[in-house]
Amino acid sequence: MNRLRTIFLTPAALVMTSLFLAPLAIICAYSLLTRGAYFGLGLPWTIANYGRVFDPLYGEVLLRSFALAAVATVLCLLLGFPLALFISRSGQRKNFYLNLVILPFWTSLLVRIYAWIFLLRDTGLINATLQKIGLTHAPLPMLYNDGAVILGLVYGYLPFMVLPLYATLERLDPFLIEAAADLGARPWTALLRVIVPLAAPGIRAGVVLVFIPCLGAFLVPDLMGGGKSIMIGNVVQNQFTTARDWPFGSALSLVLMAAVMTLLLVLVRRSGEELL
Amino acid sequence: MTRRSAWLVAWAIGVYAFLHVPMLILAVFSFNGSRYSTWIGFSLDWYRAVFHDPQLAQSAWNSLVIAITAMLISTVIGTLCAYALWRRSSPWVSGSLYLSLVTPEIVTGVSLLAFYQWIFRHLRWHLGMQTVILAHVAFSIAYVVIVVLARLRTFDPALEEAALDLGATEWQAFLRVTLPSILPGVVAAALLAFTVSIDDYVITSLVAGVDSETLPMVIYAMARRGISPAVNAISTMIVFGLGALILVSERLREA
Repeated sequence: MNRLRTIFLTPAALVMTSLFLAPLAIICAYSLLTRGAYFGLGLPWTIANYGRVFDPLYGEVLLRSFALAAVATVLCLLLGFPLALFISRSGQRKNFYLNLVILPFWTSLLVRIYAWIFLLRDTGLINATLQKIGLTHAPLPMLYNDGAVILGLVYGYLPFMVLPLYATLERLDPFLIEAAADLGARPWTALLRVIVPLAAPGIRAGVVLVFIPCLGAFLVPDLMGGGKSIMIGNVVQNQFTTARDWPFGSALSLVLMAAVMTLLLVLVRRSGEELL
Repeated sequence: MTRRSAWLVAWAIGVYAFLHVPMLILAVFSFNGSRYSTWIGFSLDWYRAVFHDPQLAQSAWNSLVIAITAMLISTVIGTLCAYALWRRSSPWVSGSLYLSLVTPEIVTGVSLLAFYQWIFRHLRWHLGMQTVILAHVAFSIAYVVIVVLARLRTFDPALEEAALDLGATEWQAFLRVTLPSILPGVVAAALLAFTVSIDDYVITSLVAGVDSETLPMVIYAMARRGISPAVNAISTMIVFGLGALILVSERLREA
């Protein structure tokens, strides 16, 4: 009975070991090496690369990444919560409204970012229209700043917030809200003191699912931040391509991984088995 | 059902507009006669331009070859793996699958690049279609396993036991009883693997060689260089193409 299972498990175990775990192990080793002549790597072993991650130049990028991801997550929650509530109260058309949220998630992120660039850049649709109707005379700088990156992150990851919120709100007993109303709670009070606490597991799940990809984002800050609003992902990519400092890039990757894992462990443990 | 207040409806309309209007505008302007952001009239010029661009055609072909190959390999490996995990869990394998799902794409990409370069010191090999396909197989297996495993959880193991009791070998029971009844899940998983593969830019751009430029890489380069309505046209086609695939996949998952 177990022989077939072993045979079936082997290819996946081999692929994951050789093409995922081994590469991670190599990054771990490289992060402890020095930049050198031979393939960009050399001895001695050192932990200096990790020290550099936190020096002011990169420390600022690290901080900005956390800040941008946090702001984007909060905005997703503010935008997504009422939407999830709306969907959960839509009766028979629930699935339709839900699919309307999932739809953009299936569209290539690159294409969705491009759609915003088309709207926001100096000669884009919004600026062209504003100038045509005479509201502005020079293009408003709407792209290549922190605001644009946040916009891109919210746009890209909003569905990840709405889905878990909807899942918990869907299961919420409507009688509880009616009971609150009967007992004299105004709609806002019922929302804040009954609905939000009951939706806490969904909120936690949504926060994890949005914050983690935002923290490791590459495409959004790359295309919408335009080198002016960069995040950790962009520095990692740069170290492996143009800057060619692989040991430092590896150290940075692992710090990013560590941040993601810590967040997951803390938040998933608190919300039990809902996430995985 | 509790009442939907007017502001809740208004909020929902606003968020839906935020999600969909940019893509709609992009699609509308792919039919614009001008290359600038003012509407001058309907035209199919940009679609014509897309079909006459040899670089786009080559990269679209590369993308298809990569996505189909990676889809076939990862669907087979992932389905077998899901079946094995369904029989008895394996913390190591599921742990590494979950880890691959939560690892930021950029980290997966640079670690694969470092790995390939390390291999190339010992082997005469270079970055190209093969390295991209292997990378895509590695990151799509987790998606396949999750979808197929979800389907297996609705499958009654007693059916398989019955087949074994009636004299089928394990292999026959899997092939003729279990596999046919989880097939819709397997096809849905394959379509999902195809989608994540054909969409990927971050990992692909790091492990691709000169002969393996994919469609997202060309779109990225065009978006970087500036706006061309040809990109609107390709994007519109991608969105509708993938949208159709997803519709099929969703139907199958519910079947």
